[in-house]
Amino acid sequence: MNAELVSELKTRIHLTARARIVSALGPLTVLAGVVWALVQPYRITLLHPHGETFWFLVVEPPLLVIAVGLFFYFVIAPGLLQDLEDHRAASR
Amino acid sequence: MQPPAEHVHWLFATGFLLLGLILIAEVAVGPEVWRRRAWRAYLWPAIAFGLGVLLWPVMVFYTNSTLHMIAHGAWAQVLMLGGAIELTLVRGKLQSKWWRLGMTSVFLVSGAAFLVHEQNSWFFQRSAFLHHLMGWTLLVSSIFPLARTIRPRSQVAATGFALMFVAVAVMLYCDRDVAPVFGHISPLAGAPHR
Repeated sequence: MNAELVSELKTRIHLTARARIVSALGPLTVLAGVVWALVQPYRITLLHPHGETFWFLVVEPPLLVIAVGLFFYFVIAPGLLQDLEDHRAASR
Repeated sequence: MQPPAEHVHWLFATGFLLLGLILIAEVAVGPEVWRRRAWRAYLWPAIAFGLGVLLWPVMVFYTNSTLHMIAHGAWAQVLMLGGAIELTLVRGKLQSKWWRLGMTSVFLVSGAAFLVHEQNSWFFQRSAFLHHLMGWTLLVSSIFPLARTIRPRSQVAATGFALMFVAVAVMLYCDRDVAPVFGHISPLAGAPHR
């Protein structure tokens, strides 16, 4: 096989792996938050409020983890994936 | 209206988790792609700086001991300093790679502050255990920002640096005001809750 072709193939596989990591970070974080909520449902006090104070109803750790995952997935990942693709196209 | 200490830990954990994800993404795509958009280059140093600013109210309002105040004040200062140095490096106002030692000082000072301000033993209760664990974790893992300073292009150093923020976030999320750790809780700690 042509050495240049092999090199290009390696670069593409590497970039695909990079894109997969970036795409997976958000959903994996959301998944971690969901699993945590299922394992420790009592940490989501909104599900069973019994006179908790304001902060116990606002700060729900599994929901915060899910929020971080969603923020990364919708705000950071799309532009980053676009730039990865542009970089790949430019380096061809 | 003041949140319980454990809630403050969880809110900071959220900031550190976001910081960790951003740094992992930067390692994955490489600095060249990451800096294609200017705002992204400033993102993680700005969050680090912001977390430092937010530590000041923690210092002011959580005055259960002088040691707590000093520890929180020290964290606020070094985190702001580390974030500011990284912001200036991104901007290009600072050139020398040795300025990155600022982030090493963040890890060292934070680790020392965790250990110094925790007066109870490891198994006193969960928050005592986590303070010891986070203190030693930060001290030992300061090797990553140090390696990042010496070898700025090292993938291992950058990955370790990023994962440390995720590890610290997990530890902060585990924190409870009064809770047992591995079945241990001192009778002096008070009534445990989940």
